[in-house]
Amino acid sequence: MKPHARWVRISHGIATVSFVALAFTGFVILMAHPRLYWGEVGNDLTPALIELPISRNYQHGGWEKASPFFADAAGPITANRTYEIFNQNGWGRSLHFLAAWWLVLPGAMYLLSGIFGGHFRAHIWPKAKELAPHLVWRDVLDHLRLRIAPATGGPDYGLLQKCAYSFVIFVAAPLMVLTGLAMSPAVTAGFPILLRLFGGYQSARTVHFFTFVALLLFVSAHLVMVIKSGFKRQVRAMTVGE
Amino acid sequence: MNSSRLITRRRAIVMGLASAGGLFVAGRHKDLPPTYGNLLRMGDTLTYAAHRTLLPGEALVREYTEKDVTSFPATGTTDPSASEKFPLSSAYRALKSGEFRDWRLSVEGSVARSQTFSLADLKRLPSRTQVTRHTCEEGWTAIGQWTGVPLSLVLNAAGILPTARFVLFHSYDDWIDSIDLLDALHPQTILAYGMNGRDLSIPHGAPVRLRVERQLGYKSMKYLSRIVVTDEFADGGKKGNIENGWAWYTGI
Repeated sequence: MKPHARWVRISHGIATVSFVALAFTGFVILMAHPRLYWGEVGNDLTPALIELPISRNYQHGGWEKASPFFADAAGPITANRTYEIFNQNGWGRSLHFLAAWWLVLPGAMYLLSGIFGGHFRAHIWPKAKELAPHLVWRDVLDHLRLRIAPATGGPDYGLLQKCAYSFVIFVAAPLMVLTGLAMSPAVTAGFPILLRLFGGYQSARTVHFFTFVALLLFVSAHLVMVIKSGFKRQVRAMTVGE
Repeated sequence: MNSSRLITRRRAIVMGLASAGGLFVAGRHKDLPPTYGNLLRMGDTLTYAAHRTLLPGEALVREYTEKDVTSFPATGTTDPSASEKFPLSSAYRALKSGEFRDWRLSVEGSVARSQTFSLADLKRLPSRTQVTRHTCEEGWTAIGQWTGVPLSLVLNAAGILPTARFVLFHSYDDWIDSIDLLDALHPQTILAYGMNGRDLSIPHGAPVRLRVERQLGYKSMKYLSRIVVTDEFADGGKKGNIENGWAWYTGI
């Protein structure tokens, strides 16, 4: 057993604060328009992929009679909104970005240290021989039966634990950043590849949401494991480093 | 090996402190929006400074074809004459009944020759038609075709003075907002009088609205009444975004 390195503990603390702020403000932002779409375009006058019943804006129906833009009455329409929507994006979005900025430098430091310091290779990335089917199966069964090894206060990590951390660091976090940037009109003017990568603004927004859901599931499982393996011991290990 | 890693870390910390310092300095620079000591607005200013430093200033947003035009909700003010809370609502009602023949757009401030333009004057200038995506801050998007005169032509006709830094817009629904010269002179920033091949309708900002394609929808102000070129940052105070709790820069 090794204790958590100081830079790991610091970046974990920063990431925790940032995650809570991003998750909360992200939810507030979603409440303003709780509809998800695929492609470049989506609004109240076009069909949604998913409608989330998470604010009074859900299917509010406050629209005047629609009128078509062109001679073709089945074509694009416009309508005036008559409903005062729930919208707290003024502070919500700015706090969302502040929390994202707060993560940029420590995040970059964490990635560089992890890659060049050998932390990812030694402790995070699962080794090929660990991925033998019977080992994977045994770890899955242990987790299902909640047979959790007691806290050691640092690496080495279990197999599913490594897989979960790898998913967060190498898949979810980069996806969050890229889909976030793909929703910026100024950034995508300079780097249109971001829109092509996700198939449009609304696709990027939808992927951003589902990646958040995946992260939320990770954090829930992570907290259960911390509690099951010895809460006090684990929290001390990740904060003061004992 | 170990010592070189230490230096990297120390450098990273120094860089971190330097950028945190930059956040506060940014609030005092005359070309940057004020933050009023507000942490949220400091974040906005950091985004603005980062965009202006890292992004290509002349990059154009994607343009679509007419076939890509979609349904487009009209939100916010949909008729300035309908609400008496706007001081200019009766003025707008009069303009509306005259089909905007008496509408005039004044261009003043840090310009060599203050001017006023009628709708016909604007339509006589070279026009630009663009099919672009409107990105509403609420989270929805829509594609529309816009026809209008590039703002740069109107500003150049008035002769912007070398001291000018920002362009401030007043509207009939009592908003004031501004953009910097980089966005004001951008080729896709237009004063739009046409939408989807017709005259701009009242719900979408008649007779003339701004299109600022590299920012969120609320920067594309509807119902324009006045343009003022300024040397210093101004966003309209009580009628502007910052005092109403909204970000001034929304390139996002």
